[in-house]
Amino acid sequence: MNKQAKMAGRMTRRRFTQAAAAGLAAPALLAHPVRAQGAPLKIGLVLAKSGVQAFFGQSCERGALMAPALLAELGYKAKVELTTGDYESNVDTARIRAEKLIADGANVLIGCFDSGATSAVAQVAEQKGVPFVINVAAAPQITEQGYKFVFRNFSTALMLNQNALVLMKDLFKETGYTPKTCVLLHLNDTFGQASKSVMDKIFPSMGMPFKIVEAIAYDPTAKDLSVEVAKAKATEADLVMVISRLNDSITLVREMVKQRYEPKGIISPGSPGMYDDQFYKTLGKYSEYIITNTPWYNPNTDIAKKFRAAFEKKFPSDRFIGNVFNAGFTFEAVQIAVDAYTRAKSTDGKALAEALRSTNIAVHPMAGPPITFDAKGQNVRIASVALQNRNLEPTVVLPAEAAQMKPVFPMPGWNNRG
Amino acid sequence: MPLDLLINVTLGGILTGLVYGLMALGLSVIFGVVRIVNFAHGEMMTVAMYAAVLLFGWFKLDPLWAILPVAALLFVVGYALQAGLINPFIARPEHSQFILLVAIGTIITNGMLMAFGPDARNAQVGYAYDSFQIGPILLDKVRVYAAAASVVVATGLFAFFRYAPLGKAIRACADNHRGALVVGLDVKRLYALTFGIGAACVGAAGCLMVLLIDVTPTLGPGYTLLAFTIVIVGGLGSMAGALLGGILIGLSEALAGLLLEPSAKSMFGFALLILVLLFRPQGLMGKRT
Repeated sequence: MNKQAKMAGRMTRRRFTQAAAAGLAAPALLAHPVRAQGAPLKIGLVLAKSGVQAFFGQSCERGALMAPALLAELGYKAKVELTTGDYESNVDTARIRAEKLIADGANVLIGCFDSGATSAVAQVAEQKGVPFVINVAAAPQITEQGYKFVFRNFSTALMLNQNALVLMKDLFKETGYTPKTCVLLHLNDTFGQASKSVMDKIFPSMGMPFKIVEAIAYDPTAKDLSVEVAKAKATEADLVMVISRLNDSITLVREMVKQRYEPKGIISPGSPGMYDDQFYKTLGKYSEYIITNTPWYNPNTDIAKKFRAAFEKKFPSDRFIGNVFNAGFTFEAVQIAVDAYTRAKSTDGKALAEALRSTNIAVHPMAGPPITFDAKGQNVRIASVALQNRNLEPTVVLPAEAAQMKPVFPMPGWNNRG
Repeated sequence: MPLDLLINVTLGGILTGLVYGLMALGLSVIFGVVRIVNFAHGEMMTVAMYAAVLLFGWFKLDPLWAILPVAALLFVVGYALQAGLINPFIARPEHSQFILLVAIGTIITNGMLMAFGPDARNAQVGYAYDSFQIGPILLDKVRVYAAAASVVVATGLFAFFRYAPLGKAIRACADNHRGALVVGLDVKRLYALTFGIGAACVGAAGCLMVLLIDVTPTLGPGYTLLAFTIVIVGGLGSMAGALLGGILIGLSEALAGLLLEPSAKSMFGFALLILVLLFRPQGLMGKRT
């Protein structure tokens, strides 16, 4: 080898210095926000895909899986990568899944449906400085902790109950019948007790035309609710308000039929169960005319129609109506994250959090005004609709702008159901 | 409190208690003879409930009639379980028996979860929403039929153990194991038969229970605990005690729910259990050892 070639191949001080400078600069260049703009937004979904909440978690995931395509159709250009961590309906596992998703590079977390799991994930997100957009969880305290990285696009228990009572007044006005007495049947677990205590707090100031003559708590694991329904029947209340879930709501209605207790109406102030497929399948005609006041999609808007079409195309064997609540709010959570990323032009946690704080999304499938967050990260403007079971489908009957049918109230007796 | 409410709830509690009693009877029979505590009892009942739901779904067979095939199925399962797996554990320490049966129960539960999923199922018989009314008394038909069937099955069982030669042989094993061996009874086979009979009993109870409640795979442990409570209250090894215990527990749940707090009604069954353990540890109809 000649001298020149040797000189060319040898490491010189100049070359070493150049190489070292390049090596030190590389990480800074890689982390530069300009490079992160083109990168996809990595969203970690913390959902229960197994265990007792499996149905809800899987339903939520559908809303996320259909989001990238529909958001692209709506004009969002950002790429999205979704990864799901199954928390197996267990709060401790939710925390572990959230940490794993963050360790694997998630820029935003979305979850969880269950308030306990959501609280756990909120703590993790806040500690790690990764924004967490809550799709469904009603426990009020989640957005009362002073968190800077937690944003909830769902009603708190207070909001759910307030909206529900206002809708009841609208229902009485619309139909011309006002009940005078009400009996409240509620679960005796965290969810039921929280809802009941909120109801106790707000009811006196809502100016309702009926009084709650008795509140009857029942064990969520009880298979026989005959005593509870017998007590409710003994009150002779016009209206039954129910804070329940699916299996117990089926048992309650079945007992009311067997015991020939015919209240003028059965209304849920926002709890799940009475508009599930299984409820219709099990109770048939006895499921009709029961009302749930709940956040829901507005079937009359263009975005909602697109949402429905996209869902039915992607999941042809899943019933849209049985999934719209969970999938709708999860879709919106992805929309919120993508919208923030588009404005932040960064996957940096703080930048995303700042962008989330100034969210204002006017076009979204769930009923209600534009999505915005207050200083606590709570969307305080989520609306509810009155969903009545009609022809074995949940049907919006109030407010008028979202209504698909007029409400029927009082409901026909059990033997007058055809 | 309206009197009709008290009467309706009391009668409902008794009717439910009779079905509970039949469920616990199987546990009592097995323990009384084989001296094995079946910690998979509730899971076996859940299997029977699913069998009844499937027979109703496929053949529209009313669970009341499904008692025969389901009890026969559970008899075979119980016999095979005892003869094949449990027999070697009879002489082993109690904790080994406990672990074995808990493991069997866990396998059954998870097997049902894989086969049927977590959603509740039921048998929607034509009279599921009907009730009998006599004046102010209103009793739902499913509860009346289930209670009546429980009484029939329990009577049949009592008659078997009292009058049938095989039943007497089984009682002889229970009363005097060594004596039974000496007179040449095939004790191992009799144990297997007894386990089969106990399982058939819980199979019958499962068919009746499916008329009252929806079935999910995870129902088992709660009903194993309930069965234990009933047989301890009634007297472990006493068949009449199991029925009495069932009625007492059914009644205590109903009345506690009515007079005190519905959400805590299951607590009163345990309160009764503690009282019995304190003041009559052999159970209401059990024999002091």
